[in-house]
Amino acid sequence: MSATIRVNPIACTGHGMCAELLPELIRLDPWGYPVLSSSVVPGPLADHARRAVHACPALALLLTEASGKHR
Amino acid sequence: MTTLALAPHRAPVPEAKLPRLLAGLGDRPSSLRWHELQHGPMPTLRRADRLIDVVEASGLTGRGGAGFPAGRKMRSVAAGPGAKVLIANGAEGEPASLKDKVLLSRLPNLVLDGMTLAAEAVGAREAFLCVHRTEGGLLEGLERVVQERLAAGLDPVPIRVTGIPGRYVSSEQSSIVQYLNGGPGKPTFAPPRPHERGVNGNPTLVHNVETLAHMALIARHGARWFRGAGSPAAPGSMLVTVGGAVRWPGVYEIEMGTSLGQLVMLAGGPAEPLQALLVGGYFGCWLPVQAAWPVPMTHASLKGAGAALGAGIVIALPASACPLAETARVVRYLAEETAGQCGPCVFGLPALADALGDLAYSGGQDGGVGRVAALLPLIERRGACRHPDGATQLVRSVLRAFPGEVRWHERTGSCDGVRRPPLLPLPRDEERDQDFT
Amino acid sequence: MSVSLHGPGLWYATRATGLVTLLLLTASVLLGILTAGRFSTRRWPRFLSQGLHRNISLLVLVFLALHVGTTVADTYTSIPLTAAFIPFASSYKTAWLGLGAVALDMLLALVATSLLKARIGYRGWRRVHWMAYACWPVALAHGLGIGTDRNATWVFALTVACAAAVLAAGTWRLAAVARLEAR
Repeated sequence: MSATIRVNPIACTGHGMCAELLPELIRLDPWGYPVLSSSVVPGPLADHARRAVHACPALALLLTEASGKHR
Repeated sequence: MTTLALAPHRAPVPEAKLPRLLAGLGDRPSSLRWHELQHGPMPTLRRADRLIDVVEASGLTGRGGAGFPAGRKMRSVAAGPGAKVLIANGAEGEPASLKDKVLLSRLPNLVLDGMTLAAEAVGAREAFLCVHRTEGGLLEGLERVVQERLAAGLDPVPIRVTGIPGRYVSSEQSSIVQYLNGGPGKPTFAPPRPHERGVNGNPTLVHNVETLAHMALIARHGARWFRGAGSPAAPGSMLVTVGGAVRWPGVYEIEMGTSLGQLVMLAGGPAEPLQALLVGGYFGCWLPVQAAWPVPMTHASLKGAGAALGAGIVIALPASACPLAETARVVRYLAEETAGQCGPCVFGLPALADALGDLAYSGGQDGGVGRVAALLPLIERRGACRHPDGATQLVRSVLRAFPGEVRWHERTGSCDGVRRPPLLPLPRDEERDQDFT
Repeated sequence: MSVSLHGPGLWYATRATGLVTLLLLTASVLLGILTAGRFSTRRWPRFLSQGLHRNISLLVLVFLALHVGTTVADTYTSIPLTAAFIPFASSYKTAWLGLGAVALDMLLALVATSLLKARIGYRGWRRVHWMAYACWPVALAHGLGIGTDRNATWVFALTVACAAAVLAAGTWRLAAVARLEAR
C-alpha cells in the first residue's frame, strides 16, 4: 500500500503552491484550484509530496502515508 | 412554483396492496385520532431494538435518494458509543419533489411514529425533525402535532421541530449536522461521517421522513407484509412526485418496480406528446421517452438504464420544449445555490451554466458543446459534497440523450422550444433564504 | 577565555546585530506579503517566497538572540535579561527598550504558532499572524528611538529604505486584495 494524497476542497483557497512543488501529480484548473491526476503517490515522489503538504498555506493538502500516518 | 394537486384519490388504484402510506389521504392534515383509527395505535415491540431486525428483514431502503439499506444504517449507528441522535430529514430541497411535504403536512403522525420507533431502536436521546425554515406554515403545523402527541404521552424522546436554512445544500445530511452543531448549514468535508460522529460528536442516524413513515407501518404489520408489494429484490412501496406534461401531476404511491410508463399513465398519461423523462430530479438523468417507458422503477434497473431512482421524481418533457434550455436554467439555479466553499464548484458551475446557456440560446458560438464537455471533468468530484456532481450528471445526461438536439442547435443557433414557457419548477426568490446561518 | 564585558566590542556587536535583525525582519515581512499576495513569475515561484520567508524568519531569531545576548552581557548599561522579554523592566531608556521587548514577544508568538500550525489549524494561525503587521513597526520604532545610531546617516537611510519597501509592498497587497474582492 502506498501513500495517498487528497485535497480538502473547503480549506483550499487556490494558492497553487502544491502544483509548483508536485507538478507530476498536481496541476491547476483555469480558476487556480488543484487537479490531482492520481491520488496515489509513487515512492520516488513521497518526499516531494510531503514538502507540498507542508507548504500549503491553508493546510488543505492531506497525505496518508503508507504506514497509515496522516499529515 | 406551481401547486400540484394530489391525485391519488382521483385515479382508481387497481390493487388492494396500495395505498399504504397514503391510505385515507385527504385535503386536510390528519389528526392523531384519525391516524390511530386508520393504522392502529403506536406499536410496542418486544424489544425496542427488535425494530432493526424487522426493518432489515423487510429490505426497506432509504427514500431520500441514496437508497442505502435502512436496517443496516440503524445497526451501525446503534453499535456506536454514547447517546445517539436521530435526525428526520424532511427538508426536501429538491424543487420538483413534493412527497415529503405531503407526508409532513397531511400525514405527520406516520413520520413521528417512525421517529419514535427509530429513536428507541438505536438508543437516541435527542430527535430532530428538520424542514426548511422558509416553510413557516409547515413548521407551525408540525409543532402543533408534536405538542398533541406529547400531551398524549406518545414520544418518550422529545421531538424538536427545527427550521434549517432555506438553501439547496442545507438539506444535505452533513449540512444539517453542522447546523445543529451551531455552525452554518453548509456541507462539511468527510471524515467523520454523521453515523460515526455527528451532532455533538455523537453517532447520528439520519433518515428521510418517508423512510421513517414506512418504518411506522413495518413495525405494525411486519417485514412479510412490507414485502407483499414490490419484488424480492426491490420490496415495498414508495412515494413519487410526477410533474411536467402529464394530465394529473402530483404525488403518487407506487409499488417498487412499477415501470416509468405505468407511472406516467397513473398520472393521467401525457398531456401532450412527450420526448423524454427526467428521472431523479435535478441531480438526475434525462431518458428519451421510448427507452424510458418500460424501465422498472428500482435502483438496479434505473442504474442499468444509465439513470438513478433518487428521491422518486419523474418529470415529463414534452416534444415542444427544449431540453438544453430547461437544463441550462436548472444549472444556473444550481450555480446560485452552491455553498460557496469549494473553488471548482463556485467557479465551475457558473461557467457551465454560461456554456450550456450559450449552446441553448445562441447555438454555441462561444465554444459550443465542446466547451460544455471540457468543463465537466474540471467540476465533478472536486467539491466537498455531491452538489457539483449532481449538476455535471444532469448535463452529461442531456448531452447523451439528445445528440440530435445538440447538433441542431450548433447548426441553426436555437430551436422553437426555447421560446416555450419554462417547464422545470424552480423556487421563487421568497422561498430561498439569504444566508446559511 | 576572558571576554571584555564592556567597551566598544560588545557595543558595536549590539548595534550591528540589531541592524541586521531589522533588515532580516524587513525581508521576512516583504516575503510574507509576497506569499500572501500569491506573487509569482516564471522564475520566481510562490514556494520560493514562502520558503525564504520561513527560513529568514528563523534567521531573524538567531540574530535577535545575538542582539539580546550582547546587550545583556554588556555591563556598561546593566540591562537584565528579563528586560528583553518584559517591556519596561529596564531603567535604561525604558520606553524604547520596552518596545524592543514587545517586538520580541510578538515575534516569539508568530514563530511558535507557525511551527505549531498543524496543531492549531489554519484559521487560528492566521488570526495570530496578523500581528506581524504590528511587530515590524514596533521593532522599527525601537531601532529609531533607542537613538544610538541616529546620527549615522547611512543607518538612518537604511531604516527609511526598509520602511519604504514595506509601505510599497503593503500598498501592492491592498490593491491585490481589492482586485480579488471585485472578482
